[in-house]
Amino acid sequence: MAELTYRDAVARGIAQEMARDPDVVLIGEDIAKAGGVFKATVGLYEQFGPRRVRDTPISEQAILGAAMGAAMTGLKPIAEIMFADFAAVCWDYFANEFPKSRYMTNGQVKTPLVVRLGNGGGARFGAQHSQSVENWCMMIPGLKVVVPSSPIDVVGLMAAAVRDPDPVIFLEHKSLYATKGEVPDGEIVDTLGTAKILRPGKDATILALSLMVPRALEAADRLQAEHGIDCEVIDVRSLVPLDTQTILASVARTHRVFTVEENPRLCGWGAELMSIIADEAFYELDGPLVRITTPHIPLPAADVLEDLVIPNAARIVETVLRTLSN
Amino acid sequence: MSKKTVTDDISAEVRLELYRTQVRLREAEQRAFDLFLQNLVKGTSHLSLGQEAIAAGFAVAMQKGDLSFCTYRGHAHTLARGVPVEKVLGELMSRDNGLMRGKGGSMHLTSVEHGVMGSYAIIGAHLPIACGAAWRAQYRGDSDVSVCFFGDGTTNIGAFHEALNFAAIWKLPVVFVCENNLYMEYTPIADVTAVEHPAADRAAAYGLERIIIDGNDADEVLRTARKAYERARRGDGPSLIEAMTYRHSGHSRADPAKYRPEGELESWKKRDPIKMYRARLLKLGVSEAVLNTIDQEIKDEVEAATVACKAAPAPSADIIFTDVYADGGWAWRN
Ligand SMILES: Cc1ncc(C[n+]2csc(CCOP(=O)(O)OP(=O)(O)O)c2C)c(N)n1
Ligand SMILES: [Mg+2]
Repeated sequence: MAELTYRDAVARGIAQEMARDPDVVLIGEDIAKAGGVFKATVGLYEQFGPRRVRDTPISEQAILGAAMGAAMTGLKPIAEIMFADFAAVCWDYFANEFPKSRYMTNGQVKTPLVVRLGNGGGARFGAQHSQSVENWCMMIPGLKVVVPSSPIDVVGLMAAAVRDPDPVIFLEHKSLYATKGEVPDGEIVDTLGTAKILRPGKDATILALSLMVPRALEAADRLQAEHGIDCEVIDVRSLVPLDTQTILASVARTHRVFTVEENPRLCGWGAELMSIIADEAFYELDGPLVRITTPHIPLPAADVLEDLVIPNAARIVETVLRTLSN
Repeated sequence: MSKKTVTDDISAEVRLELYRTQVRLREAEQRAFDLFLQNLVKGTSHLSLGQEAIAAGFAVAMQKGDLSFCTYRGHAHTLARGVPVEKVLGELMSRDNGLMRGKGGSMHLTSVEHGVMGSYAIIGAHLPIACGAAWRAQYRGDSDVSVCFFGDGTTNIGAFHEALNFAAIWKLPVVFVCENNLYMEYTPIADVTAVEHPAADRAAAYGLERIIIDGNDADEVLRTARKAYERARRGDGPSLIEAMTYRHSGHSRADPAKYRPEGELESWKKRDPIKMYRARLLKLGVSEAVLNTIDQEIKDEVEAATVACKAAPAPSADIIFTDVYADGGWAWRN
């Protein structure tokens, strides 16, 4: 057992899979010799060499197209898109290419690849380097979308993503890279499509993802300590496939549900989850379905402003209190 | 050079294969058009009538295992790799016997077993994808070449430039083939491009040779293809080839091509690749009877394919939900 940062967990997960399977290769901008702009791939170039860990030009379309062509013909590429916002310049591959080729070709073409992206806000980078794009990815049939919140999940879900035969979008949170957690020694392989109950509770369910998970946990502690409200916190972890059973079972126990989403309001992942809950667990509910999200705005850069708009523990506490007291 | 014979650097056998392939593409595409007029081909379709020599030359020069990446104008390239006419027409006609059982349609013809790794309908998207397949070959030491076909209009999209630089710096075994048919959809390429030769005049920017060929001459195409494939297999990296040609029909089935200047089509029809190739073979001593036999065999093949497609059922609704994910299904939740 070792304490690892989320950033080191990325490298550990990739190294575990590269050591296991010679078909796993890693490409991206500055990921090899420099170890990545977020230092999440440090040591991989030294360990696996220039054939398997390759720097690319600033060509996001070429990076993803190359990953796809390699995947179609037998490799298991991991491609990095440095900031998740840059998905927009190579969106064709997310929207039209990876997810549709299997279907359009009646199963002939397979694209087992992983795209890693530095997602999310909190670094005061402004509106083009801070977005949470999981909802962009979630809306496309054929993609899988994984959003880990802790070092151990990073390792296990990375392994699951690499081994998965479908294209997996793996969203790493930039503001989590420095966070730490215990990670057992040895091989770790998790399962896509499984949510985790991180804190059992009986009064309300809080569904969170990525950076919002530690904030939801902090809020739950405060709600318990200061107000005697016992919240269940679920880390959704995987948007596609989606573990609706864990979520619906929780709602059936607590009868109250909140989402905490970093994405701008419209069409956030929570909207989809809430619609499922409304459809399938309506009669379990004792109150409204409440989404706590970033407002529907581009993210401002200034620290004071960014901190006001991305959900935090105080806002979660206040929203839960207000809702439950109504 | 001494008196020309039907075998020089290209054997008689290969020449007849080039002829047969071009005739097959011509007949199949013409049939696709006729079936469209009968309302039996649904959706859109983009024909390669007039551009057959390029598809034939590059495909005949390939080895088994080489990979083709095509655009929505991909019927010809798919057929040229040996995919049966029935499979292609069936897909165009939305029948269960189609190459993808109707799930892809005219613009996405794919037959992995024939090395046809897909037909891509987003301009430029498949150039980087072809790089990836070539990267796999390089990584594993496989000897196959990835060949990527696209139009003149494609040279103005970013993915073209990203792919060329990428292929050049990694010295990938990929061959980029620009079929310059002078038009994008309806706009002449010359109206919207900074250089005269939209592909070849950009080659220098990526350290590549400027190659322009007569895309209506199947022999010239074959020779160019062989050279480029050899270079790729030697590990010397990519090639970019601009093949000059002309499409005899409109851009897609909806296009009467009114934007063409008077006489342009007629002058290009004089340089019809199949007419020219037939004349060459006759001059080289191939008997008319041999060519007529090929013509008849192809006509019979296309006719039989048409009959089979007309008789084939529509795809059944259960395939709507297959192959979204690798488990064969479409489930996104538990
Ligand atoms: C990204 C993108 N932009 C526009 C289109 C619409 N479109 C389809 S074909 C075409 C013309 C392409 O011209 P060219 O590359 O010369 O190929 P050709 O059709 O002549 O074979 C256009 C603009 C598209 N499919 N994808
Ligand atoms: Mg064109």
